[in-house]
Amino acid sequence: MSAPPSKSNPAPDTLTVVVDGKPVTVPRTTPDPVSGRPLPTTMIQACEAAGVVVPHYCYHPKLPVAGNCRMCLVEFGLPALGPDRQPILNPDGTPKIVLQTLPYDPGVPRAAIACATPLSPGMEIYTNTPSVRKTREAVLESLLINHPLDCPICDQAGECKLQEYSVEYGQSESRFAETKVHKPKQVDLGPRIMLDDERCILCSRCIRFTRDIVGDDALGIVSRGSHSTLTAYPGRPFDNNYTLNTVDLCPVGALTSKDFRFQMRVWFLKETNNLCPSCGTGCNLVIGSRENRIYRYEPRQNDAVNSCWMCDFGRLNYKWIQRPDRLAEVGRRNADGGFDASSWTPALREVADKIKGLPAGALAIVASARQTNEELFLLQRLAQHRQALTDSIPRLGDADHLLVNADKNPNSTGSRLIGIAGPDLGTRLPTMATGIAEGRIKGLIVFGEDVVRHGLTEELLQRLELLVVSDVLPNATTALAHYLLPGCAHAEKRGSFVNVKRQLQRFNQAVAPPGNARPEWEFLVECVGRVLGEPLPATLEGLFNQMAKEVPAFQGQTWAGLGDLGKKLG
Amino acid sequence: MIVKRTALTWWERLYIPAVLNGFRVTLRHFFRRKVTMQYPEEKWVVPPGYRGAPYLVKDQDGRTKCVSCQLCEFICPPKAIRIVPPGPEVDPATANVEKRPREFEIDMLRCIFCGFCQEVCPEEAIFLMEDYSLTGGSRSEMVYDLPRLLALGGTHHDPIMKWQQKAREAGLQGVKP
Ligand code: SF4
Ligand code: SF4
Ligand code: SF4
Ligand code: SF4
Ligand code: FES
Repeated sequence: MSAPPSKSNPAPDTLTVVVDGKPVTVPRTTPDPVSGRPLPTTMIQACEAAGVVVPHYCYHPKLPVAGNCRMCLVEFGLPALGPDRQPILNPDGTPKIVLQTLPYDPGVPRAAIACATPLSPGMEIYTNTPSVRKTREAVLESLLINHPLDCPICDQAGECKLQEYSVEYGQSESRFAETKVHKPKQVDLGPRIMLDDERCILCSRCIRFTRDIVGDDALGIVSRGSHSTLTAYPGRPFDNNYTLNTVDLCPVGALTSKDFRFQMRVWFLKETNNLCPSCGTGCNLVIGSRENRIYRYEPRQNDAVNSCWMCDFGRLNYKWIQRPDRLAEVGRRNADGGFDASSWTPALREVADKIKGLPAGALAIVASARQTNEELFLLQRLAQHRQALTDSIPRLGDADHLLVNADKNPNSTGSRLIGIAGPDLGTRLPTMATGIAEGRIKGLIVFGEDVVRHGLTEELLQRLELLVVSDVLPNATTALAHYLLPGCAHAEKRGSFVNVKRQLQRFNQAVAPPGNARPEWEFLVECVGRVLGEPLPATLEGLFNQMAKEVPAFQGQTWAGLGDLGKKLG
Repeated sequence: MIVKRTALTWWERLYIPAVLNGFRVTLRHFFRRKVTMQYPEEKWVVPPGYRGAPYLVKDQDGRTKCVSCQLCEFICPPKAIRIVPPGPEVDPATANVEKRPREFEIDMLRCIFCGFCQEVCPEEAIFLMEDYSLTGGSRSEMVYDLPRLLALGGTHHDPIMKWQQKAREAGLQGVKP
């Protein structure tokens, strides 16, 4: 180690410790994940800063510390102090470090739990000594004593910390010959959660999450010793809107999601970064899919948006993507009022030509605030060219104290910034309705909304000369369309949203759309490019970068620059 | 590479000596022990440990041993195995073995009889048996489904019966298994 920190002129609010021989400087305090109060920085945080992995079960950076699993035990040494409270120096001038040992048996190193032990200046942490390895082995052995070893029928297998640490730090053979303690299996905790008490390692992560993060003190441990059992408050289902986060938090397969239970092994799932489109918060998530079927959503950490969590509603709101009645074919109304299946090239050409044939100001566009920025941008370019009236439709619901926002559109902010909608969504719809009624507006383009339910009644729509509708599921508006263009769900295309806090975030394609459906931006590029008479970028990156040049709020952004976590707009 | 063709000698061009030489070889084998097997009337007895077609087995209580852990599906090099897990519905008939395959298919045209599935199976539910001659009239007929695999696999005597043992232990402790 170099000179003691007091001599190397440290900032007063940092301190330097040594992790496995590597000096690392960390803040003296770290905010408490729940209250935000400053707490002394702990050993495990210093190890993380040094890039050293300390195995742990109960510690979670976003939860209060419990320190009950003992998996994170490490050895440490402290600078020796003389009677004058000054560090004793080695002959070469470095401070003398004393390995901490048991007070009653100085021959045995004293281990400390890294997750709950505060740092002190000059401390040296050793995470990989023979005795630390022995300790981990012993902790794992004790955790496995009553463990059912259900791996072949356990949903956690493949992402189980007990499996992983057993392989990495455990023993290969069990010495346990006695009968295991059995606990309840298939415990129905609530509408979305199934608990297997035998697999629980009593880390209390789930308890702390629901008590301290959600504010619903619903879970607890009853009985003692090896009979300790996790349970919900008697007579009350565990049913707040965040219960499924405990399934992610649970390091083992004790808490399982009823929705995902026994559906697919996790190692088959392809993981795609995406966003939750169920409200304006825009929680970051990972879609797990296999062979074009979506199996689950899991939250993805983004401290600017959703921390490590997401709500149960958003997590389970994916089934519609695979509904059998998804729109999958291009439709074109024929002379006698029926629908003909068409193909993209002629349909887009006809739509573009008909739009060009309308007089300026005779077109209106309703573009959902569920469409991506790129799609809204293309529609806005079209609107400017044809002097069209545009709007989006507001979608309001309940908000809560944690994540859920009252704005149920994922991209209301994007729609405002691009200029499709005014400050209040939906205020131009009455003007549109009068325009159609008076015959001034002859053409209407609808993207992703059932406008019949929002004041543009069926009679009004029937007066139009041109009604182009793009959607993913059939509704009253798609039934009246002259041209029906099947679009994609957010999981089937790439694009970007701006959330209610102006975080510009992008998402990737997880599965292929059904039938002939295509991402809206793709066919809009062709169609709008034809109306405008100028070639538009044929890649999403190019389109985004062009949008960033033209829309003032997105100045300076690039697709590549957004990264996985997005960028906050000024 | 160019191989130069040498011209036949006068002796070789006679042909008669070559023909007679052939007869000599045939005549010699006529008096030796016969090695030809009259397949398919006569069938080959496979040696122990032979890796034939993989089938699923039941235990002596008639329970399908496979718990649809999908490890064999994962390990199978030519991706011959397809399994559909049961989903969340609880089947009271399978007691404490919460999982069983809803569908299990092996495409015998794809299978290369490597034996990885048998080796990886944590439940001793799949075995490479002695069948080596699989025939079918179409490709789809060569995809063996769950009932067929179980019928062909038969019973495997399990000396441990771990799930039953677990249920018994839990029962003795007063816990519903
Ligand atoms: S919790 Fe982990 S170790 Fe336990 S049965 Fe499940 S996968 Fe296996
Ligand atoms: S159920 Fe999971 S998260 Fe909860 S205490 Fe048990 S092991 Fe920990
Ligand atoms: S024997 Fe090999 S190829 Fe055949 S099913 Fe088993 S793992 Fe697949
Ligand atoms: S490895 Fe064995 S238990 Fe698992 S799915 Fe295959 S046959 Fe069934
Ligand atoms: S992580 Fe559980 S005691 Fe430290």
